[in-house]
Amino acid sequence: MRMIVVGCGKIGTAVIASLAGEGYDVTAMDSDPEVVERLSTQYDVMTLCGNGADCDALTEVGVSGCDLFIASTASDELNMLSCFLARRMGAKHTIARIRNPEYNDKSLGFMRQQLDLSISINPEQLVAQEILNVLKFPSAVKVESFSRRNFEMIETRLDQNSVLDGLTVRQMREKYKAAYLICAVQREEQLFIPDGNFVLRSGDKIGITAAPQEMQKLMKMLGLLKKQVKSVMILGGGKTTYYLAKMLQNIGVSVKVIEKDLRCCQELSAILTGVIILQADGSHSDILMEEGLSSMDAFVALTGMDEENILSSISAFLQNVPKVISKVNREELCSLAVKIGLDCVVSPMEVTSNIIVRYARALENTDGSKVETLYKLMDGKAEALEFNVSEDLSFTGIPLKDLHLKKNILIAGIIRNRKPVIPSGFDSILPGDRVVILAADQRLQDLSDIMA
Amino acid sequence: MNRKMVFNFLGQIVKIEALMLLLPLAVAIFYREWMGVLSFAVTVLLALSVGFALTAFFKPESKLIYAKEGFVIVALSWILLSGIGALPFVISGDIPNYVDAFFETVSGFTTTGASILTNVEAMSRGMLFWRSFTHWVGGMGVLVFVMALVPSICDRSIHVMKAEMPGPIVGKLVPKVKQTAKILYLIYIFMTLVQVLLLLCGGMNLFESLVHAFGTAGTGGFGVKSDSIGGYSPYLQWVITVFMLLFGVNFNLYYLLLVRRFKSAFRSAELWCYLGIVAVSTGIIAVNIFPMYGGFSETLRNAAFQVSSVITTTGFSTVNFDLWPELSKAVLLLLMFIGACAGSTGGGLKISRVMMLFKMIGRELRKMLHPRAVEAVRFEGKKLDDQTLQSTSNYFAIYVVAFMAVFLLISFEPFSFETNFSAAAACYNNIGPGFGAVGPMGSFSGYSPFSKIVLSVAMLLGRLEIYPLIFTFSLSTWSKKQN
Repeated sequence: MRMIVVGCGKIGTAVIASLAGEGYDVTAMDSDPEVVERLSTQYDVMTLCGNGADCDALTEVGVSGCDLFIASTASDELNMLSCFLARRMGAKHTIARIRNPEYNDKSLGFMRQQLDLSISINPEQLVAQEILNVLKFPSAVKVESFSRRNFEMIETRLDQNSVLDGLTVRQMREKYKAAYLICAVQREEQLFIPDGNFVLRSGDKIGITAAPQEMQKLMKMLGLLKKQVKSVMILGGGKTTYYLAKMLQNIGVSVKVIEKDLRCCQELSAILTGVIILQADGSHSDILMEEGLSSMDAFVALTGMDEENILSSISAFLQNVPKVISKVNREELCSLAVKIGLDCVVSPMEVTSNIIVRYARALENTDGSKVETLYKLMDGKAEALEFNVSEDLSFTGIPLKDLHLKKNILIAGIIRNRKPVIPSGFDSILPGDRVVILAADQRLQDLSDIMA
Repeated sequence: MNRKMVFNFLGQIVKIEALMLLLPLAVAIFYREWMGVLSFAVTVLLALSVGFALTAFFKPESKLIYAKEGFVIVALSWILLSGIGALPFVISGDIPNYVDAFFETVSGFTTTGASILTNVEAMSRGMLFWRSFTHWVGGMGVLVFVMALVPSICDRSIHVMKAEMPGPIVGKLVPKVKQTAKILYLIYIFMTLVQVLLLLCGGMNLFESLVHAFGTAGTGGFGVKSDSIGGYSPYLQWVITVFMLLFGVNFNLYYLLLVRRFKSAFRSAELWCYLGIVAVSTGIIAVNIFPMYGGFSETLRNAAFQVSSVITTTGFSTVNFDLWPELSKAVLLLLMFIGACAGSTGGGLKISRVMMLFKMIGRELRKMLHPRAVEAVRFEGKKLDDQTLQSTSNYFAIYVVAFMAVFLLISFEPFSFETNFSAAAACYNNIGPGFGAVGPMGSFSGYSPFSKIVLSVAMLLGRLEIYPLIFTFSLSTWSKKQN
């Protein structure tokens, strides 16, 4: 499949990296020759220096007949225009990054329709949503939802004196009875898909799938349930902050925003009401202290600088703020942050590329059981995918224990008529179900790929 | 530096060479040259054992390579390939001296076509076939060939491709390196086959058609006769002329034709400049040598043939152009330095570089008159960024310096200035024959072993565009402290 990515900033590069990694024929286009040069040596992609809204340049990259056209420049308008042109010139699907709040309201649907966009992506909003999920459920380091929130997967870390330390998965199931499944365990750098005899240790990061109410029940039993966040301090006043503050306000959380730049503060205060906005340099910890960091339920670092986010998160962590979340763009810094104890790291690039990869894989598979949702879990070592089961799937109705699955594949959940089922060996997959699969070290396109 | 990956790659290359040696082996069997069969078989076994030893001994933890590894891999593999490729000549006794055989093989792989043989007709068929086959693989690039064949040999293989493919800007045709390499080779194979067919139609036998097509395709120049192409019919000479010119064109243009983007293909400024230079030079030489030959058609044929042969750095000849008037020889000598288009199989400075240099000269001159002028250098309809311009002028400087070094080193020889200068130029630009003692009817056999090695290095410098060899043989590349 031929794909074109216009605009190779942080997000664009991440998208290129994951699409090229998936093995697609990717052409990257940017107006900065230096960026183009760097990309051409770093990834196995074709590059071209040019403006994404220039028809000649679009012709030259072969936009007509390309399977997917993605515009992720810094400018929303340019993205819209180049997607529009690309679509008119024969691109089969177009994705535009549109992140300005003014476009992301009621008018978005109309615009998407008029521009004939396949999807629009708003990384800032996606990141805000992901942070919100975690703030709503502070015991987890990461919460992903499937099938319109009927089914959840959380990642949580077992701390020093966890009640689960030393238990096998089977013992845990007997002791804490609820409908859930431990689907993955990450111990240091290694990922395990545990069976009943797997022994859990403190320090492990475990992935659990369950329906939301069951998850609450389990967490309560485990004593992991922390009270919901009531007050949040956000460092940095960009677009993500805007989306997050708005979402938090809707669920009645009090928000305090600290931003260095006066203009940003003024803009934010014009569009957000009921949020305390402070103009101050948040990298000084005494300012954070003065504003009551130690009494906050959560601290979220959302500045444009990864380093600043990590450092201020560390100081919040040391102040015993119960939940600390930091936005980190660069992949290598993400793993570094996790190593020094910041568990909750969100990366806009990962969020965006998850969506685009999911879309690309679904494109490849036009009539089978398509990928509906895709998440990268456990630092990208595993993928959780949601599939829609089509009529012609060959192994419907067969009990799971009789299926010969590939190695490192787990059927983590079946959602039937919006009711999640935690699968046992006697359950089977039926047409019309949604199935959540966990896969390590492989790339699934179709549900039938799980069979050995 | 990822040394394990470098040596592992070398192992793969040597294995591929063993595979390539099977072809001349088959030829030798066909012609019942048992000495040749033996020497090829021994070399194949040796190459295989070296290859497997290297890949077994060096198991890289990471397949990741950077620009530095790319340069080193390319330089070392070309040297190793030539070192092993020279063995059949020595074992069979066709070229008993190893230095001579090495010179001949380097000359083959680098598509130079300079020979130390005084009597080509005495060589066995298998050896002649191998000699020309090295032209064919060397022309498009051995490592590009490997990348087209072997799946995911290393990460970021673009570095290897960049180091091996000549020209100021190495672009891919399609997003993936492997696919690009495949397309290039398919175009290459197709054009070679067409030429073989046309030569067969002209009455040349299959063996000679293959050998000459290999020589033309790689813009090499090894033939099977002492008088090169001189003894063949005018039709065959024209076929070779046209194909030499075709193989001197940037292969990206053929790809554009293939995907039916005719307009962009024919808009290439480099192509027109190249054809223009060929036409003008042919004109000058034709007028200049007219008194020496009888008719108009013979004059034109000889002039066109020689111009194409030199500008594409092939090195075939139909007549002894060493006897031509000084003006014609001067034109040919200049053409040696200009070379063919970037992205072709030819050598030399490359037309696109020369064009860029001239445009830069123009800009600098205008800048002297209007010191405040801001002017972009445009090439093929696009603004060239300063990085490309700088690396082009830098390349030119280093090109001149390396040439001077080669010329000086072989000037110890008791030959005339003309002979030494043209020998250095002909080897350095991968042409083959020069003037004087190394002219089309002469050979490089008179040079001392030392000079032969210097000239072998010159050929490699010319083919790989200097940088890979420099980096490979500088200590800092290998020192652990600086890695």
